[in-house]
Amino acid sequence: MVKAHSAERTSKTAAAGSRQALMSVRGLGIRFKTAQGIWQATRKIDFDIAPGERVGIVGESGCGKTITGLSILRLLPNNLSGLDGSIMFDDVDLASCSTRTMRGIRGRRIAMIFQEPMSALDPVFTVGHQIAETLRVHTDVGKEEARAQTIDMLRRVGIASPERRIDEYPHQLSGGMRQRVMIAAALICGPQLLIADEPTTALDVTVQAQILDLLRNLSETSKTALMLITHDLGVVAETCTRMITMYAGEVIEDAAVDAALVRPLHPYTSGLLRSLPHLSPRLGRLPSIPGRVPSIAEMPDGCRFKARCPHATAGCEAEQELLDAGEGRKVRCWRFRELELPGALQHAATAPIAGRVVRQ
Amino acid sequence: MMPLAGDSRDPIVSVRDLEVGFQTMDRRATVKAVDGVSFDVRRGETFGIIGESGSGKTTIGRALVFLLKPTAGAILHNGVDPQTLPRKQFQSHRRDYQIIFQDPNAALNPRMTIISSVLEPLELAGAGTKAERLARAQEAMERVGLPQELGERYPHQLSGGQKQRVIIARALTLRPRLIVCDEVVAALDMSIRGDVLNLFAELQRDLGLTYVFITHDLSVVSHISDRIAVMYLGRFVELGPTESVSGRPLHPYTQALLSAEPLPLPSTMRSDRRIILQGEMPSPIDPPSGCRFRTRCQYAQSVCAEQTPAWRELEPDHWVACHFADRPNFSPS
Repeated sequence: MVKAHSAERTSKTAAAGSRQALMSVRGLGIRFKTAQGIWQATRKIDFDIAPGERVGIVGESGCGKTITGLSILRLLPNNLSGLDGSIMFDDVDLASCSTRTMRGIRGRRIAMIFQEPMSALDPVFTVGHQIAETLRVHTDVGKEEARAQTIDMLRRVGIASPERRIDEYPHQLSGGMRQRVMIAAALICGPQLLIADEPTTALDVTVQAQILDLLRNLSETSKTALMLITHDLGVVAETCTRMITMYAGEVIEDAAVDAALVRPLHPYTSGLLRSLPHLSPRLGRLPSIPGRVPSIAEMPDGCRFKARCPHATAGCEAEQELLDAGEGRKVRCWRFRELELPGALQHAATAPIAGRVVRQ
Repeated sequence: MMPLAGDSRDPIVSVRDLEVGFQTMDRRATVKAVDGVSFDVRRGETFGIIGESGSGKTTIGRALVFLLKPTAGAILHNGVDPQTLPRKQFQSHRRDYQIIFQDPNAALNPRMTIISSVLEPLELAGAGTKAERLARAQEAMERVGLPQELGERYPHQLSGGQKQRVIIARALTLRPRLIVCDEVVAALDMSIRGDVLNLFAELQRDLGLTYVFITHDLSVVSHISDRIAVMYLGRFVELGPTESVSGRPLHPYTQALLSAEPLPLPSTMRSDRRIILQGEMPSPIDPPSGCRFRTRCQYAQSVCAEQTPAWRELEPDHWVACHFADRPNFSPS
């Protein structure tokens, strides 16, 4: 069954050509019922993920990045009031397909890992049980075969002596090991897409480096696409090839990581990069973005960033669309052609990281 | 006693062979969260302490303001051990040494208005008349850039950045000389972080404050600090001026820490020679013998297990505890 599935996957990608998206999100909007009325958490979300591609979704808390990830697997809270748009995944619209179809995809063809592995793992079952469970639900492998595959998977995620670890409980593992177990459980069915929501935020920086390295390598070797949701631009730069920036429930920029870092097109992306202490001159004043993200209950019309934007002018009250900026880039700012916005390189020579920057 | 780290001219805080231990739940073992640390904090500087979770950095911060009692060693404020002072005097002495924590939500009483939270330390200290206290509280709020009308609001009506400013204002009301800042920007969003760090810098310049800045975030600590101490499993492994520590790290742990930090730079500017450490920090209940980092160190030799490395000043003002830090070609960069 596993074999048939992967054969189907290969033939489909071969027939469709290499630029065919694995997943196409169009006009995705999520609304919630609250005591104060209906709140629009995200709207007009458009993006594609190609097979095997590693895409970072960045933004600050409340921008809608987590809810976008959850909506792909339809893991949305009960007070959901409506899901607009479509999420095409291999000819299936995940936004409207039946619960039964969704169950066949969730965990098998699209898997997800979260920030806090301890709350995602069940403390009363061994890690081996929890990893093998996914496999046994989705495929018809026998008990022994499942155990063998689990041990193999634990080895692939870098767990030493997996034959012993497989029978341990989550509390016996360190934070980094638990996240490796989560990754093993997510990848055991060989999904085409892995959604990782802040997978390293709870980890120390040296362990974070291990996990990011692992995610990148596994994505490369198993051709699994990665959608990495994070607030950390450094994590995206190290792990992904493309970066989608979100602000106040909208996608505001979509570009190759290097291009977005060197020359951001949206004032918000530029502002974020400039506010990073790594990239500012040491002890100098950190540029910051004045004001705060508008509340979900009182979203302004037109550009949602205009109240904080140093480049706002007449015309920004108009509804902003995600414009094609050429070279595969998109930006939600009508002034992008005339603005010359600074990126990550402006202060690299005098920043605290200067000693670690490679000169060309 | 370990040699002094830093010059001894007029330190505001001197820490000597500090040990802070905790008993485990079953009372069978003691965890030394801080195990033999000595350093001076110089007047007016920002002293950064960086380390991963469990390294003991928060414990040091709390011990510095005597929220935790040292199990051994000494902490001197202005050359005086505050613990020898009579109770009354100790209480008034404490006002000069404040601490700010990571989570402003946990530090503010949700049922108190902002102004009453800011007033509270002044009332406890019994400073001045009621009108004078209010004036001082309002002055502190203005100082941190909070409009006066916020005073009548409650914490839930404020944003995260505003709440952190309230906490800073509250710490300022008693006009401290030193503030221990423990992960003060970790809970804030990126675009707000810059504002709060700028405020810290501004207050230091205007009020002559000294900071002990504790964080796990390398970019923050290297932006704001004059000197950085790197902590691993209860001990300092390296201490020196920010430029030297972040530019020419001497200890293999510091080198790994710096190289592990994800940099928001395009691929052409990033070094591909990353040091990825194996494993995680061992338990402080049973730390490795000799050098505590040896279990994860790529250069470890048998001597590292046998002898605790000496705390040496290899460059002016730049201290390190590693047997091999002075060998040529030791640094990977």
